[in-house]
Amino acid sequence: MEEKKKKRIGVYICHCGGNISDYVDVAQVRELAGKDDFVVVAKDVMFACADSNQKDMVADIKEQGLDAIVVASCSPKLHLHTFRNVALRAGLNQYQYVQVNVREQCSWPHHDDRKLATGKAAGLVEAGIRRVMGAESHETIRVSAARSVLIVGAGVAGMRAAISLASIGNEVVLVEKAAEPGGKLAGRKDLFPGDVSGESIVQDLAARVRATPNIKLFCGATVSGVCGSMGQFQVKVNVGGQPAEDLEFTVGAVLIATGFDPYKPEPGEYSMGSPGVIPIGEFVKLVESGSGELMHQGRRVRSVGFIYCVGMRQTKGKNKYCSRVCCSGAIQASLSMHRRYPGVQAYHFYRDIRAYGKQEVMYTESSKAGDVYFMFTEKEPPVVTADGSGAVIKVKDSLTKKQEVEVPVDLVVLVTGMVPQADSGAIAASFKVPIGADGFFNEIHPKLRPVETVINGVFLGGSCQGPKNVTETLSSALAASAKINAVIGKGVIDLDPVIARVDSSKCVWCGKCAAVCEYGALVEMERDGRNFAIVDEPSCVGCGVCAPVCPTNAIELACFTDAEIEGMIDGFALDQNINITETAAAEESAAPSVTMKEYPAQWHMILEAMKDGPISIPDIAKASGLDASLVTRHVMTMNRYRVAEPAGLDDSEQYYLYQQKS
Amino acid sequence: MQKLTSSPKILVFSTEKISDPGIDQAGLRKIHYSPSVYVISVPCSAGIKPKWIMHAFAQGFDGVFIAADGHECSYTPKCSELTNELIEHSQKLMQAKGIDPKRIRMAAICSVCAEQFASHMANFTRILVELNGKAE
Ligand SMILES: Cc1cc2nc3c(=O)[nH]c(=O)nc-3n(C[C@H](O)[C@H](O)[C@H](O)COP(=O)(O)OP(=O)(O)OC[C@H]3O[C@@H](n4cnc5c(N)ncnc54)[C@H](O)[C@@H]3O)c2cc1C
Ligand code: SF4
Ligand code: SF4
Ligand code: SF4
Repeated sequence: MEEKKKKRIGVYICHCGGNISDYVDVAQVRELAGKDDFVVVAKDVMFACADSNQKDMVADIKEQGLDAIVVASCSPKLHLHTFRNVALRAGLNQYQYVQVNVREQCSWPHHDDRKLATGKAAGLVEAGIRRVMGAESHETIRVSAARSVLIVGAGVAGMRAAISLASIGNEVVLVEKAAEPGGKLAGRKDLFPGDVSGESIVQDLAARVRATPNIKLFCGATVSGVCGSMGQFQVKVNVGGQPAEDLEFTVGAVLIATGFDPYKPEPGEYSMGSPGVIPIGEFVKLVESGSGELMHQGRRVRSVGFIYCVGMRQTKGKNKYCSRVCCSGAIQASLSMHRRYPGVQAYHFYRDIRAYGKQEVMYTESSKAGDVYFMFTEKEPPVVTADGSGAVIKVKDSLTKKQEVEVPVDLVVLVTGMVPQADSGAIAASFKVPIGADGFFNEIHPKLRPVETVINGVFLGGSCQGPKNVTETLSSALAASAKINAVIGKGVIDLDPVIARVDSSKCVWCGKCAAVCEYGALVEMERDGRNFAIVDEPSCVGCGVCAPVCPTNAIELACFTDAEIEGMIDGFALDQNINITETAAAEESAAPSVTMKEYPAQWHMILEAMKDGPISIPDIAKASGLDASLVTRHVMTMNRYRVAEPAGLDDSEQYYLYQQKS
Repeated sequence: MQKLTSSPKILVFSTEKISDPGIDQAGLRKIHYSPSVYVISVPCSAGIKPKWIMHAFAQGFDGVFIAADGHECSYTPKCSELTNELIEHSQKLMQAKGIDPKRIRMAAICSVCAEQFASHMANFTRILVELNGKAE
């Protein structure tokens, strides 16, 4: 068999810019891999997925005549296709590529023990090498995809996606649990930025949804059952009524657009529950309901105090994130109040103002309108006392060296952010989509695959994924629509050729495999007076359930053959024979080092930017005036030389922060 | 055999779509579990061959853990039943070789089970340490 021949293998071990190399001695792992007889190329690289490295890999494959490649990096969920494409570009069969997860399953969970993490990484790489040795070449297989989509949630995200998907020829089933579509923007008037009201956006979208024949909108409805997989999901929709009725649909893909819930302040939090203390949602409704004199519960309101970040950015609590929209939402509400009720004074009690992008203009406008801003810290939040005849907000103002200020106001507005939608847990369970530590739905990767989930065919749109304003909500809904159409638009999907096969010479036709196959994919054949099983390939979904029941081990599942799985086990076993103790310690002490004098001039500029604590690469670039890509390269090298180190993600979970190494 | 650590070596069979994301999530959140845990992904837990399990024991693994989809399996409603059958079958093969049947375990691990996975690993490690102690 062609596959059994000895292969020339290339192994690439990724630093992931420190995510792996900070906890695993990658040079050691590369060295150990290089000792393998079949490994012709062994390299450790800063970012395996970088274009430059991909080009090098293509060159290696061609120049060194490689038959197979192994990349030890992040989870295959992220980059399997990236590197399969590298193989394809180099003229190699894409199944001659194995990805080994040394990040999510090694450097990160074992970050507390460099020696053991390195030992495990070596074992994982060896397993990858052995697996690829047993790998066979395959072509992808095609399944038909229903050109229809289930969208859960008819807020602006769900409706916008529905219109977009329908306009390019897909059927859409749009399911909304409320009586009317629109979500949080229904009935809203003044929105930032610009002067389009929430109401008009919702009415316009809802009218277009209702006028589109290939969108079926069900309000007061929920999803009551899901089975099947990408291309052919069978979904049940409970459309209410007496008795409640379930409708069934076959859809090729699913978009989750279930939105968020506003954070509900705890009773007593900033005197929540006392008269004259209300959350921002209620305040916005109050402001938008009229003009002239602002009244609340029969009392005239002449001054308003906004307290920001309520329930958000809790260093110790559950909601560690920033809700992004609430600063701008509060400033917008204040401006809207000035327009409708001239003469009301606004005071803002904030931790940081995150009126990013064009929203900054509103911030300036509000200051010009005479709004007064006080800054507080998380440790010393304002104290609110309210007794029905008015309220007092006491704060230590950080802007004036923590001078204590007492501000009497008629109304206290708690600027609350966004929390995960109440039944997102149930939705997660029915679609098997993971939820992050913050409780919002998790995408595969925030930068690389921001609208896809680990479940093939299930996508995310809008604020169900994390705090988003309308612009961001619609961008993500449209991105998800484009992704969905790319998957189902051709009516066929190319899938991994993971299907079963029967070795007819071993089969004794006992029928056990056929009895367990849910898909009727195992059929009896007769040839030369012998009966045996064969696999009807289009029916086989590749579960592999038939393989363990075969008494003669006649069945193998492609990509999960005995050679591949047992090869991996052999690889894992091998690392035990490697004594890495001394070498690793030696290596560690021999880690590259430089003295201050030797630092390149730009390192000093970067260190200067880091002097106030952890900072992201874009911020270093801004502070130092250096080009961001140059900063990236310097910071990676500084990390390697132990001059700087990663310090976790920033609040928005968008950027890694870096700090001076102590 | 030279061992890197005395911690028992565990082979985890995990399902690609449901359990793998849970295990990855544990890593992403830097939740610690033993570095002697190695994971092989398979489409469905009911597709694990007892032959592979026996191969792991022959290669020096102390325990085999099956991270299954349980009732969540999208392939077959009989997933739990079939996985149990292959475990029982493996246990017979293990007993014939003098391997304690407690060295194989199964639990449902889904894409949100990061903490659960880590605590299963801690428990199983403890059980295996005890069994290894008895064996000596
Ligand atoms: C106080 C406040 C002020 C704001 N002001 C602004 C502003 O001025 N400008 C701006 O750009 N943004 C603003 N925003 C943000 C804006 O509200 C969101 O960006 C937007 O509503 C997100 O839309 P969505 O479709 O993702 O979610 P949602 O609006 O939450 O809609 C989700 C929909 O899904 C439905 N649903 C949920 N679960 C299910 C289920 N299980 N089955 C069926 N249906 C379900 C819900 O009923 C709802 O209709 C503000 C937010 C707040 C809290
Ligand atoms: S946008 Fe962020 S900083 Fe501003 S109030 Fe909301 S949580 Fe606080
Ligand atoms: S792999 Fe699954 S679907 Fe395919 S023949 Fe076997 S049991 Fe049937
Ligand atoms: S279980 Fe094995 S021996 Fe029995 S019919 Fe299927 S392939 Fe043949």
